[in-house]
Amino acid sequence: MNFTLHIWRQKSPTDEGRTTTYDARDISPDMSFLEMLDVVNDELIEKGQEPIAFDSDCREGICGSCCLMINGIPHGPERGVATCQTYMRVFRDGQEIYIEPWRARAFPLLKDLIVDRGAFDRIVQAGGYVSVNTGGAQDGNCLPVAKTDAERAMDAAACIGCGACVAACKNASAMLFTAAKVSHLALLPQGQPERHARVRNMVEQMDREGFGNCTNYFECEAACPKEISVQFIAQLNREYLAACLEGEGEK
Amino acid sequence: MKRLSRMALSSVGSKYIMALTGLGLMMFVLAHMSGNLLIYGGRDALNAYAHGLTEHPFLLWTARGGLLAVFLTHLFFALRTWQENQSARPIPYAHEATIQANWASRHMLLTGVVILLFVIYHLLHFTFGVVDADHFKRPLPDDPKQLDVAGMVIAGFGNPIVAVSYIVAQIFLGLHLWHGGSSFLQHLGLNGRGYDAAVNRVGAAVALVVVVGNCSIPLAITMGWVY
Repeated sequence: MNFTLHIWRQKSPTDEGRTTTYDARDISPDMSFLEMLDVVNDELIEKGQEPIAFDSDCREGICGSCCLMINGIPHGPERGVATCQTYMRVFRDGQEIYIEPWRARAFPLLKDLIVDRGAFDRIVQAGGYVSVNTGGAQDGNCLPVAKTDAERAMDAAACIGCGACVAACKNASAMLFTAAKVSHLALLPQGQPERHARVRNMVEQMDREGFGNCTNYFECEAACPKEISVQFIAQLNREYLAACLEGEGEK
Repeated sequence: MKRLSRMALSSVGSKYIMALTGLGLMMFVLAHMSGNLLIYGGRDALNAYAHGLTEHPFLLWTARGGLLAVFLTHLFFALRTWQENQSARPIPYAHEATIQANWASRHMLLTGVVILLFVIYHLLHFTFGVVDADHFKRPLPDDPKQLDVAGMVIAGFGNPIVAVSYIVAQIFLGLHLWHGGSSFLQHLGLNGRGYDAAVNRVGAAVALVVVVGNCSIPLAITMGWVY
């Protein structure tokens, strides 16, 4: 298969950046999107040109590193997969493909297609954890969790923090990410002691990072490689209201 | 108090404000429509309803003041979040795409601004009598204390340009309610607890009722079914 690629190139955070067109020749339909970019990069290196910088790590859809906007859709046209699990067979032979970085003020661009998603780390640091005083490890099953709660918590915890929700949202809102992180701990007994302080602090940090607001486009849910439901955003809204009305644990 | 104001200005708190003020405005739209539909009961029914509203000026002006406050709050928070959303993505995508967001959800600001302009026009027309002053609330011939509101409405919509502009405005209102009528449930956290079907359908249902109900009046008058 052959493709025409329009790729965002930007040498540094301060560089202006531009879209550059490349040809990808003789690509196997069974190559992943990242493998296709590897082929293009090999050619660029052979020609003595600067290869295209992009993030990737596990290449099996669990690390959340590979973040590419492919023809305006995070992780490409297939639902429920990361960029590394998108295969070239989902594109038409000869198709033009636009490859861009995530665009959000809260995700400053570092180089080409790589953005700094440290804002997500800071949201988690603001409350996306449980504090456990050390001691002997607890026996398994000594904290009963209803099966439905366990499953819902797991659905939320499936978030890999890739940022596709922010990239897809027309407002560049991080509401789905924060909702997933807040919800998965709010559903489990270990998350109860810090439940209210957690949601307040995480929402505050999210706002401080400069993400947009949530207006229920539900683009995030459709773009999420883990198909996390916007129902968790409704849960975040409930948690936040309860926490603000209660007011305990105020800094 | 400080805690509540900080909450209201946060991204999640703004959702509550937008949802509650939006819900209030939606209830007003439904109540307003119900009153107007009395025109199908004859001129006297609508005039009696209009007269009834003016009998308690204190209640009327309190309600109007409250409505204005809710309207302005909705407007203020809409513009504030819009401005924040604009600055959250300073560099747009070269290749934009939409996966599942519908037209109504993506154009709430546009439909909202059209509704604002319409409301100003509508107030100038039927509340303050600036537009079309000749037909504005003239006393009834047989009872000079009562004002002929039905006559004013029928004369107003007798002009087809006015009738069409009202119908177009109602379609914009319907698009706004289509998204807003579902969105407020999600914003208030009423999704995922057996309310999923409501979240998907309430907006469309309210929009349909309002568009059909409100558009029917200028349409019926233009067609000569109500006279």
